[in-house]
Amino acid sequence: MIRLSIQVRQVIARLTLPVLTAVAFGLILLGKADAVIAEQARESLGDSLTPLYAALATPIGRLQDALGTVGGAFVLAGDNARLRQENSELRKWQAIALALDAENKRLKAALHWVPEPAPSFITARAIADGGGLYVRSVLVAVGPRSGVKQGAIALDDDGLLGRVTDVGARSVRVLLVTDLNSRVPVTLEGSGGRAIMVGTNGPRPRLEYWTAGTRPQEGERVVTSAVAGAFPAGLPVGTVHYGEQQQPEVTLAAHIDRIDLVRLFDFNLGRQLAPEAAPAVVTGR
Amino acid sequence: MDRREPGIRPRPTLGRRLDIAARFAFPGALTALLQVLAGGPFHFGGQAELEVAVALGSVFFWSLHRPLSLPPLLVFGLGLLADMLTEGPFGLLLFTLLLVQALAFHWRERLARQELMLVWLAFAAVALGAAALQWAVTSVLSLRLLSFGPAAFEAALAAGLYPLLAVVLGAAHHRFAEPSRA
Repeated sequence: MIRLSIQVRQVIARLTLPVLTAVAFGLILLGKADAVIAEQARESLGDSLTPLYAALATPIGRLQDALGTVGGAFVLAGDNARLRQENSELRKWQAIALALDAENKRLKAALHWVPEPAPSFITARAIADGGGLYVRSVLVAVGPRSGVKQGAIALDDDGLLGRVTDVGARSVRVLLVTDLNSRVPVTLEGSGGRAIMVGTNGPRPRLEYWTAGTRPQEGERVVTSAVAGAFPAGLPVGTVHYGEQQQPEVTLAAHIDRIDLVRLFDFNLGRQLAPEAAPAVVTGR
Repeated sequence: MDRREPGIRPRPTLGRRLDIAARFAFPGALTALLQVLAGGPFHFGGQAELEVAVALGSVFFWSLHRPLSLPPLLVFGLGLLADMLTEGPFGLLLFTLLLVQALAFHWRERLARQELMLVWLAFAAVALGAAALQWAVTSVLSLRLLSFGPAAFEAALAAGLYPLLAVVLGAAHHRFAEPSRA
């Protein structure tokens, strides 16, 4: 080993921090110029941490369930009454749904309706909050050779969560619809008008650019639209709500604040890339 | 313990050397572990902010109380880890953590022997500065004025967490993380 004089060692010790800080600043600029390296680094770390997070998920989930059971015991009577009422209402809806389903089948048969191909999907567990201060995304453990591709659509049991932007060997990253960069073409179910749902980083995305004459109505259901070819039509998104600034927002049907199990659908839509993944030329058009 | 100092000391057996090395590595390893765990599958909001908050608090604490165990090169590694665990402009957390360490080194002589209250106030200012830096750089790089809310939340979370972190890390610092106790 080279023996350095005390003076040289002192100079090196004093210079390390400023030099490293300068390198860090350079990395910020480099990361901005070439986002691919950063994405690959994050994806490989996500892949290596997936087994650890997946191992942690089971005991943590059990503990949280147990705590939920204990907490639930205190509101048992109230819950029971609410569920009875909901159940009686849902029974009415079930009767209506069955009648409509039968009618729908008859009409489709009469029209010689060509059925849409059933989409393939896998169910996986969200293992980590992969977001940042101004990014909303989650890391989902999918296992090797899952076949999930970029642009796959993520739903929980109630509605749309987001789209897959990065695919690793064992995990994929889902950019949530609440993210600042998320834009989802939607249809307002009541009026049939179209709009764009814009992420704000807050819990409720905003509605913008709706068709003239179809102002979103409070409580109106919002579903995805197939306009840009990125989503199939009719996936449940949420309901319209007017916030404090009288701006139409969407109260999401999905539990975006507590994402656990995620279904990743491949609808075989002409491979429209997710916002982050799209090269600059395509997004600029 | 300096080898050139005169005195009687235990024989440097392999176990003892490993013990000393482990005590030296403790601050860096614990910080990395806390960062990784903060991003785990707990499903509560604000985990990204928590990851940054523990990194800020831990780097500030060890830079103040045990700088030898947390050299700038190690902070560089921890910063890279923070940047890879969370999304955002790559290198920004790394840059922020190094600046926090520089500040801690600068204030070290005055702060290290002060009461927790005063150190806490200093850290709150550092955390606010760090969050403001993240907000400003992210705004500039994304070419739009982002809301300061998430950054303020992160600063508040980091400041609120610091006393707890300082008590736990302080206890570790004087007991099992102390190389002279090996």
